[in-house]
Amino acid sequence: MSPDRRQFLGWGAAAAVTAAGAALAPGLRLIELAQARSPEEAASALQRWGLLIDITKCTDCDVCVTACSKENGWTGHGRPETDPQWIRKVSLRDKRTGYAQTLPLMCQHCEHPPCVDVCPTGASFRRDDGIVLVDKHTCIGCRYCVMACPYGARSFVHETVSGQKSDVPRGKGTVESCTLCVHRVDRGETPACVEACNRDGGKAMVFGDLNDPSAEIHRRLRAEPSTQVRADLALNTGVRYRGL
Amino acid sequence: MARVHYREIEGDSRGFYALLGALGALILAGLGASWYMEHNGHYVTGMSNRIVWGMPHVFAIFLIVAASGVLNVASIASVFGRELYKPLARLSGLLALTLLAGGLAVLVLDLGRPERLIVAMTHYNVKSIFAWNIFLYTGFYAIVAVYLWTMFERRMNDYNKPAGLFAFVWRLILTTGTGSIFGFLVAREPYSSALLAPMFIIMSFSFGLAIFVLVLMAACNWTGRALGDVVLNRLRNLLGVFVATVLYFVAIHHLTNLYVARQHDVERFFLWEGGIYTALFWFVQVLTGGVLPLALLFGTTSRRALAAAAVCVILGGLAQLYVLVIGGQAYPQLMFPEKEVSSSFFDGVVAGYAPSLPELALGVGGVALALALTAVALKVLPFLPRSLADGDVDSAAA
Amino acid sequence: MTRIAAGIFAALLAVAGSADTSPRQAQRVPLPVIRIEQGEACVAPVEEMRRNHMAMLLDQRDRTVREGIRTTRFSLKNCVECHASRKTGSVLGKDGFCSSCHTYAAVSMDCFECHTPLRQSRTASAPR
Repeated sequence: MSPDRRQFLGWGAAAAVTAAGAALAPGLRLIELAQARSPEEAASALQRWGLLIDITKCTDCDVCVTACSKENGWTGHGRPETDPQWIRKVSLRDKRTGYAQTLPLMCQHCEHPPCVDVCPTGASFRRDDGIVLVDKHTCIGCRYCVMACPYGARSFVHETVSGQKSDVPRGKGTVESCTLCVHRVDRGETPACVEACNRDGGKAMVFGDLNDPSAEIHRRLRAEPSTQVRADLALNTGVRYRGL
Repeated sequence: MARVHYREIEGDSRGFYALLGALGALILAGLGASWYMEHNGHYVTGMSNRIVWGMPHVFAIFLIVAASGVLNVASIASVFGRELYKPLARLSGLLALTLLAGGLAVLVLDLGRPERLIVAMTHYNVKSIFAWNIFLYTGFYAIVAVYLWTMFERRMNDYNKPAGLFAFVWRLILTTGTGSIFGFLVAREPYSSALLAPMFIIMSFSFGLAIFVLVLMAACNWTGRALGDVVLNRLRNLLGVFVATVLYFVAIHHLTNLYVARQHDVERFFLWEGGIYTALFWFVQVLTGGVLPLALLFGTTSRRALAAAAVCVILGGLAQLYVLVIGGQAYPQLMFPEKEVSSSFFDGVVAGYAPSLPELALGVGGVALALALTAVALKVLPFLPRSLADGDVDSAAA
Repeated sequence: MTRIAAGIFAALLAVAGSADTSPRQAQRVPLPVIRIEQGEACVAPVEEMRRNHMAMLLDQRDRTVREGIRTTRFSLKNCVECHASRKTGSVLGKDGFCSSCHTYAAVSMDCFECHTPLRQSRTASAPR
């Protein structure tokens, strides 16, 4: 089936679902859109996964970083310049007033990702549901995407990797970054950082479908002010910050 | 019009084999360095997650830029009809191919997964400037090969002009592509300028001609061929104009940035506080690679001064690319205006970089590969005229 | 051209096959170790798996990475779960299911540069 046709059918299904939902009651649906897909179902453009990070609640902890490292199996070799980091805590201090803030920074899962534009082989790609990934099977390790990323979100695997997680293949000579825990999202779970933040951290992170009006993230973004990092580039990031 | 007579170089002297041996050793060292880097991973180099393109890229881009520029000599002969340059056209075409081969070899051997190069041919992202370049480079090979054929084969001579014109246009697009690799990076303040494409073109004129002058002088000197002042003085003036134009573009690039408030910090970094990058900019790029060659080219008429000026242009060019490629990455990306930024991932600070020996060996290996290919080609096919003495080229030019 | 190549290849195979008929000769050739330790049957008939497993994996790989389709039948994870050795827990190693055949056929395999060759669960389930 051609992508267009599939997408069209998808829209049709969505229209049917929304119509059914509207028929019952506002906000009540027969089928929950944010539900996990079945394994044979492809990711669809009906969804746009995103994060809202409320940095007024973000404290000095780094449980999101440790959770990500544990979930995805990226660990350092004690060489900070070349060790990978999928997510990092960034400290900000206002130059004039000294007002200090801290926030987690990772791949922002842009709608128009510069890394995808520059990748010569198309290894860097954006999945239909908005998750930006590296297809390591076709990555030749040119690092042009690292040059293009406005957020310094990507790491180049500088040395041989062993002991990978079965859900998170990683290997020397390719580029990697936050996958929004795509393997968990496909199972209907939230990313590891969000889970950890809400369990052990400041409860600063919300994960959800930016297209789904009933999702908490949508509700919050509707009601509260939020910003995108480097909004001037108009990349329409999937990760939004509150309190920046 | 007198015909130009071309002749292969003898290529059986002890000196020739010593040259090939030395270049071969450098090529082997480059291959060894590449194997070492690929085997261990890039952590053994000076490159990091912040400086992902290092010394190999400086050399590779220099060679690729010079490759397109060195073809200029041939273009001047066939596109702009200057007969004086005609005897030089074959060498010009040859160097274009060999320098590009050297540059691409370095680029490919530095990839994270060089064994997957075939993927770059089978999977193609049409929006990627890199992908355009793969097409532009392979096309350049084919076009220059045909162009050389129209020079060598008498029956093809009639097609020399259209082939030359096509090659000239192609090489302009090619260098535009190389410059745009950086020019289109909107997220990095030191790049992100449409000016980079034309600047790379004029840089290619300058670097390419400097290499051409040196190779021509060496080849004529070592094979005992006459090389008259008429040719050399023409090349001298041309190189002077190119060097001055490069300086002009560099000045405009920085002046534009100085005018834009958003770019003030970038300029402060490159022109004033950038440590090694500032030093390289002023002392090597501008003084050694710009001012000094101009003085040498226009102040004297000696051959040594011309050769010295060409060497200076090459050094300055390497420094210019070092400042642009590595300095441009070392400068922290602006994500949070008006904030001091810090993290474990070196946000908000100037990234450190020290070129490692393997990187240097790989880069120099690429240069050696280009020169070795040139030397062998000169022996196999008649690229060089038998004489470039004043009387011979004058009559050819008449 | 391809037909001629195929003909030559078939002829070579025939020669190699007839050479193999002598039992002494056969013993000297190091054959791959194929040890099936669990499961009744593979996800497809053995002959088909031997010939086409790479195509199945390639197809599944693109669907999983690009589209997020995570059916297990042809997934590499599923292969490893079943075929990893009881002793080492891996499909690699001297007598590893993948490596012994690939060494024999002199076909290099890139999968486990990134993917783990180790079984994840203690008890592997039957192929689905």
